[in-house]
Parts: sequence; structure tokens; C-alpha cells
Amino acid sequence: MDQEDCRMIVEPIFLTVLGLLIFSIALCIIRVFKGPTAPDRVVGLDTINTLVIVGMIVFGIATISVIYIDVAIVYALLSYISTLFIAKYLEGGEF
Amino acid sequence: MLSEIVDIIVYILLAIGVFFNLLAGLGLLRFPDVYTRLHAGTKCTTFGAIFICGSVILLGLKMWFQGSSDGSVLAIHTAGALIAILITNPTGAHAIARAAHRSGVKPVGAVVDDLEGKPARKSAPMKKGADK
Repeated sequence: MDQEDCRMIVEPIFLTVLGLLIFSIALCIIRVFKGPTAPDRVVGLDTINTLVIVGMIVFGIATISVIYIDVAIVYALLSYISTLFIAKYLEGGEF
Repeated sequence: MLSEIVDIIVYILLAIGVFFNLLAGLGLLRFPDVYTRLHAGTKCTTFGAIFICGSVILLGLKMWFQGSSDGSVLAIHTAGALIAILITNPTGAHAIARAAHRSGVKPVGAVVDDLEGKPARKSAPMKKGADK
């Protein structure tokens, strides 16, 4: 009952927030396709990763389910590792 | 009474966070350079993520005080995700900036580069103009 009450209050504003985050991700995708050099594309991918994490958290609170937030934590750590590896590859050093 | 005040605070935090996330996308599209794009894309998303996660934590605590058992779990896990973002995002941005500088990307309008020709490590000498 109480949880239903909260869900009814919360849901539309969080879905609006999710739409705006997806619009921001679309702007980053334009940069990923347009970027003149390779680091530009990596910056775009890193920004997309952070926005996807925030979007997962917002979706988790919109539909009251904790599993999306757990997935967001794991996604944050994996995207950090992938960003470090791509940066190391661009740098051209040894591992 | 207190519930409406918490709702208003949640809406304000969400508005600030979404505004800065939109600024991140816009700055990533409009800035002229790798370093300025990194400046826009990383700092703005970290700041926006702090505010959006803060609003989610506040809402979870409100649900917890209203007696829902999901609220505390949501708040604690969102705090964990926020800590993960706060640690990993600036570190990744620093790695990308260092990789961009060492792979030979110059800032737009730069006249002098103080790090020119200095190898950062003894074992790996700097490559001049590698994969521009």
C-alpha cells in the first residue's frame, strides 16, 4: 500500500529524467561518430558509460527494484577497467 | 508536511543533476578540443551523478521511514554506486588525458607545451607524433 503510494508519486518525474538522460546519450553518440581523433571517441564512450550508470539508477528507483542498481555498480567498475585499457592502448606503452 | 518538503528537495536535486548531465552532452558536442571535451564530459557527469544519486538516496530514506523495506536497500546500494562513480570517473579521465597527450594530440590554440619531449617514465621514451 505504502510502496504503491510512493511509486505513483515518483514514477513520471523519474521517467522524464530518464528521457533527458537518453537525449544526452544521443548527443554523446554524435560525438563518438564525428570525433576527428581516437581520444575524442574514447571521451565520448566514457561519458556514455557514466550516463548509462546514472540512467540505470534512475530506472531502478522508478520501478522500485534493486537489481538495476547492483548492475549499475558492476557496470561502473567494468567500464572503468575498459577505459583504462583503451587509454593504455592509445598511449602505446607496455603493460 | 515533512513528506512534501522531502519531495520538493528531491525534485530540486533531480533538476540540478539533469541540467548538468545535459550540459555534459552539449559541451561534448560543442567544444573544439579533446581536453576541453574531457573537461565537459567528465566533470559535468560526475557532478550530475552526485545530485541524481543524492535525490535517489533521499527518496529511499523517505520510503524507509514510511515503512517500506525496499527503501533502505535502495539507498545503501545507490550510495555504493555513487562511491564507485566518484572513484572511477576522475581516474579514467586522467588516464584518457595522459594517453591523448602522449599520443600526440595538441590543444587547439596552444602556443607552448611545457611537457614537450619529456618522457614520463624512464623505460618508455616518448614517441613523437605517434598515431595522430
